[in-house]
Amino acid sequence: MSGAKLRVEHLTAYYGDHPGVKDISLEFPDRMVTAIIGPSGCGKSTFIRCLNRMHETAPRTRVEGKVLLDGEDIYQEDPVRIRRRIGMVFQKPNPFVTMSIYNNVSVALRFNGHHPRDYVDAAVLRSLQQAALWEEVKDRIDSPATSLSGGQQQRLCIARALAASPEVLLMDEPCSALDPIATAKIEDLVGHLKDDYTVVIVTHNLQQAARVADYTAFFYLGGLVEYGPTEDLFERPKEHLTESYITGRFG
Amino acid sequence: MMRFDHHARRKLLSHGVAVLTGLCVVAVLYPLVSIVYTAVVRGGTVLFQTGFLTSVPPNACSQVSCNTVGIGPNIQGTVILVGIAALISIPVGVLAAVFASEYRTRGVGRAISFTADVLSGVPSIIMGAFIFGYFILVYPSLTYSAITGGLALSAIMIPIVTRTTEEALRTVPNSTREAALALGISKWKTTLRIVVISALPGIATGVLLAVMRAAGEAAPLIFTAFGSNLYYRGLDQPIAALPLLIYDFALSPASNQQDVAWGATLFLLIAILITNVVARYMIHRLGRQMVGGA
Amino acid sequence: MDPSTPSPPSSPGPSSDSRKVSRWPDRIFFVVVTIVGLGILAMAFAIVGILANSSRESFRVFGWGFLYGTIWDPNKQIFGVIPFVVGTLLTSGIALLIALPLALGSAIFITTQAPRYLRGPVGTAIELLAAVPSVIYGFWGLFVIVPYMRTTVDPFLRTWFGFTGLFTGPAYGFGVLTASVVLAVMIVPTICAVSRDSLLAVPVAQQEAAVSLGATNWETTRTAMLPYARSGIVGGTILGLGRALGETMAVTMVIGNVDRIPTSLFSPGQTIASLIANELLSSTGPLQTSAILECGLVLLGISLGVNVAARLLVWRITKSAGAIVT
Repeated sequence: MSGAKLRVEHLTAYYGDHPGVKDISLEFPDRMVTAIIGPSGCGKSTFIRCLNRMHETAPRTRVEGKVLLDGEDIYQEDPVRIRRRIGMVFQKPNPFVTMSIYNNVSVALRFNGHHPRDYVDAAVLRSLQQAALWEEVKDRIDSPATSLSGGQQQRLCIARALAASPEVLLMDEPCSALDPIATAKIEDLVGHLKDDYTVVIVTHNLQQAARVADYTAFFYLGGLVEYGPTEDLFERPKEHLTESYITGRFG
Repeated sequence: MMRFDHHARRKLLSHGVAVLTGLCVVAVLYPLVSIVYTAVVRGGTVLFQTGFLTSVPPNACSQVSCNTVGIGPNIQGTVILVGIAALISIPVGVLAAVFASEYRTRGVGRAISFTADVLSGVPSIIMGAFIFGYFILVYPSLTYSAITGGLALSAIMIPIVTRTTEEALRTVPNSTREAALALGISKWKTTLRIVVISALPGIATGVLLAVMRAAGEAAPLIFTAFGSNLYYRGLDQPIAALPLLIYDFALSPASNQQDVAWGATLFLLIAILITNVVARYMIHRLGRQMVGGA
Repeated sequence: MDPSTPSPPSSPGPSSDSRKVSRWPDRIFFVVVTIVGLGILAMAFAIVGILANSSRESFRVFGWGFLYGTIWDPNKQIFGVIPFVVGTLLTSGIALLIALPLALGSAIFITTQAPRYLRGPVGTAIELLAAVPSVIYGFWGLFVIVPYMRTTVDPFLRTWFGFTGLFTGPAYGFGVLTASVVLAVMIVPTICAVSRDSLLAVPVAQQEAAVSLGATNWETTRTAMLPYARSGIVGGTILGLGRALGETMAVTMVIGNVDRIPTSLFSPGQTIASLIANELLSSTGPLQTSAILECGLVLLGISLGVNVAARLLVWRITKSAGAIVT
């Protein structure tokens, strides 16, 4: 393990009075892909939304515990700055419908401080290439984002997150709204992204976790059941619960 | 046989209701036809006289050969009054709606939308009376002026803009806000440059309807803007307005003034029709965009 | 870190340090938006406060008697609000009686009777009626309705319904009944629009249930739709009433403007709104001005009461209807 990029200590997240996740402690190694798996309602989405302080944007929510990015607690920092360092991709593609492809990708740079035009252009090109979308959109960079297919929109959202130059990329079931071909493209992409980014991906698809992740965490009923290298977790689960889940006996 | 009769009676009743409700529609729409017809017949030739839209209104005149002159100052005055009202009410209405819809403020946000809702039902003449009551006491010299007229119209527009903006903001999906916040874009930029921009067609439609409503208001202007036969002379001076001219000249015994009032009526009706068509087109486009974006 | 002890939302430790500079624009924006938002509430209070303050002189002279004073005489400087309250309630009430069946009939026609290609255009035309300025209704009323009432409707009513005592005295064409007719025309779009929306909000399953039992079109409407939409229709009717109560220009131009309690539906009269429009500028002095503004306060009270009731009703309906539909 090449050192932890992100370390979670005793994290508990509430919706109203109800804890969505309870007392989670976990480390995400640098430039690795970590998958979070578990049945619906196990708190995996809630958990990942705590990692860039998106959880608190919903009404009547709060978070206890620490999330350390390079040793600094993100809950002691300005959430806006934290979200620039920890990007996020959501379940459903959510491009800005009123903006062009170019404007979608460049939005973080354009809205966060002043950058020279050629710097922004270069960042857009780099991000679209990293998101494996460039070849498909290079001739219509100024057409509306809504003209893209669902899978393309999701890769656009990935490019949009990458353009802000984050260190960590959170992906909350990024393929749940996509067809198998688009899903394969995103999975392939995730494999490349770990060269530059620490990736955390939530998925309810076990095969997907097995295919893309170096490490896997299994959540159940808001708690962390087991965490380890993906191979170990799938082939030699330590917990009975994990074994039942990956062998398909529930969920 | 009994069954058949019963059935036939039911069918007959159903057809009778269709005819009856159809007659209701005819009765309801008759005034619209009658208003447009009367305005076209009496105001048509007046409106298209050369210089009608730029000349000053005529004095009362009983001779047959009297010139009907124009409504220039009244168009200008209405544009200025509505402009002042828009300058005040658009930022106020939009920001109030942002507060009510974009911030979690427990009951306060709801109280504001409810208040805006109730205020939009306050008679326009009361809006004028309260502006009059304030100025006659505090700045009597400004009581009859473009300023008070503009304020009275803005009091009418603010609740409308607030309500429609709030509705438009609520149609922006939450995923749009999340996408922006997750990129590390600050709350105010997310709100103003992404959420409000996304809701812009809806907001613009609401503003357009509010502007049209204000442009047609006469009641609150009688004792604020006061009316005038001259072009604009300053914010602190009485100012002309199209609806006030219609009111004054409609009750005038002089036929040339009545002719001008009909010309002004037709002009206002055409302006309202155009604005409505534009607003409807915008709503239509907004709907399409939302479907395309889903 | 005991999860059972509640702590303030996500704010562990002492607040900000210098790295949080970028939060200032957010805070300033929040403050600005809050001030403007609260400004809406302030505006509501200002309207009531300023009118109340302007009424002080009148209240000092007449006290509560103003509210049941039946005489309005500027020459003797005696002022009471009752003639205008009667005028306002009478015209609005009659307008409602005329408008409600027409609006409801139209709403039923648009939602259930008309062929599909007619529904949109007819609805749009009725909405256009709502966009016509009040002063144009007044002008039209003056030129079209007033002569028609004088030559045709009024004599007819006197001949056939004179025995009721409602239609006595000279019929000038101007007066309470004419104002009511014009008002009815003006509030039809409001009632019709809300009723139509309530009827459209009736779940298709409700209608299908009736249709599958062999109900005719009208039976479906009557048994499955109207009861479901009833509270929405009531809310729309009250909204229409609210509009009628405060309507000014159209009424001012056709009601005849006489400061007395109308004795018949042909009598000229005055509503509170038309009183303000007619007399605020030509007031004989501070006492009359104050009395006029106190009348305004009374009108505000009446229309606020009606509006709050209507909004609460419509809000409740849209919420429950939404809950059922989705």
